[in-house]
Amino acid sequence: MARYDRAITVFSPDGHLFQVEYALEAVRKGNAAVGVRGTDTIVLGVEKKSTAKLQDSRSVRKIVSLDDHIALACAGLKADARVLINRARIECQSHRLTVEDPVTVEYITRYIAGLQQKYTQSGGVRPFGLSTLIVGFDPYTGVPSLYQTDPSGTFSAWKANATGRNSNSMREFLEKNYKETSGQETVKLAIRALLEVVESGGKNIEVAVMTKEHGLQQLEEAEIDAVVAEIEAEKAAAEAAKKAPPKET
Amino acid sequence: MECVFGLVGKDFTLVVADTSAVHSILVHKSNEDKIMLLDSHKLMGASGEAGDRVQFTEYIQKNVALYQFRNGISLTTAAAANFTRGELATALRKNPYSVNILLAGYDKETGPSLYYIDYIASVHKVDKAAFGYGSYFSLAMMDRHYRGDMTVEEAVDLADKCIMEIRSRLVVAPPNFVIKIVDKDGAREYAWRESVKDVPVPAA
Repeated sequence: MARYDRAITVFSPDGHLFQVEYALEAVRKGNAAVGVRGTDTIVLGVEKKSTAKLQDSRSVRKIVSLDDHIALACAGLKADARVLINRARIECQSHRLTVEDPVTVEYITRYIAGLQQKYTQSGGVRPFGLSTLIVGFDPYTGVPSLYQTDPSGTFSAWKANATGRNSNSMREFLEKNYKETSGQETVKLAIRALLEVVESGGKNIEVAVMTKEHGLQQLEEAEIDAVVAEIEAEKAAAEAAKKAPPKET
Repeated sequence: MECVFGLVGKDFTLVVADTSAVHSILVHKSNEDKIMLLDSHKLMGASGEAGDRVQFTEYIQKNVALYQFRNGISLTTAAAANFTRGELATALRKNPYSVNILLAGYDKETGPSLYYIDYIASVHKVDKAAFGYGSYFSLAMMDRHYRGDMTVEEAVDLADKCIMEIRSRLVVAPPNFVIKIVDKDGAREYAWRESVKDVPVPAA
């Protein structure tokens, strides 16, 4: 099997593209990221590994704007992310210049996924080692969307999804607990999913909320702490309720 | 016969442009907005060949937006002016743009500013400037009446004086003008000065 991972343009005998699969491994090692789509709000949350004492945490923004109405979070190789994000930002403006319309979320997702695919079928290059979660509102219909792309270049729309470390547990949680939410409820759902796998606290998660009116807003540490506290309180109350009245019959 | 002029006030910059789109002897429309919002705190008034004007200013506008997304911070007016000038200069000896530009902006640190950028890519930071045949009249008016530290009312009054001169003394004077302002609250349209209005004709 070692023979089939040097040049990624080759298939293995059993139909695998090993470089792409190894890229997915890199994603699995990256920080956890979650996205939840509400009726009027879309929330992106990313795990923040504890910042070094001397590091300026403001320079490590993991949720970025691609355009006024589109945002992106990713898991995997951050340097690769910079390249993709830069190309996507150029494409957003280029689209506005040529057709005088902002991009739709699907268009830019398709573009990013297309780039990722190109690098799985070119000579001498390796795939991008990241999966992205792309959120935004359609510029005309105002419909919110959440898309995910991965190193193979596939993409699809989701109601809620997670990628990166422990994404399976987060996705399981979301599958069990997802319901149509709006506003603050959507924020809570996203943070609850993230807290399944991340140490709780505003210092360890970065959350950004996108609304039609205000675009992308990064939540302050204090705001995140407040929501986390709310969630813990709810959890504690649920635990207490479960334990308290067992004999009601 | 395009007229664009601008001046710097106390804590704002004013840009005025005519609004006629002309092709030879035909006036296509008299409400063409030639002052583009470059970003929240910048205005770019442009005059020159119609296609070049729109193509070039939109190109600059999108690049200014891209800079903001890439760097999380807006360009200063000076930086935008120099970028614009660089693009004109690069194209000059290959495929020149025939556009004259007045770039007005407000920066928090340095206040209001106005940049004169002509079609052969010279750039000057100025207090007042004008392009076109109208400049013979508006520049003279501004030289006579301009002071540093003008209020908005005074500046608009001076702009009206210039428009009056253009209307009365320029042989094919444009009928309508638009006045735009940029200050600490952003760039926005201030007023129109219309002497010819399109009257909607009811359907037969």
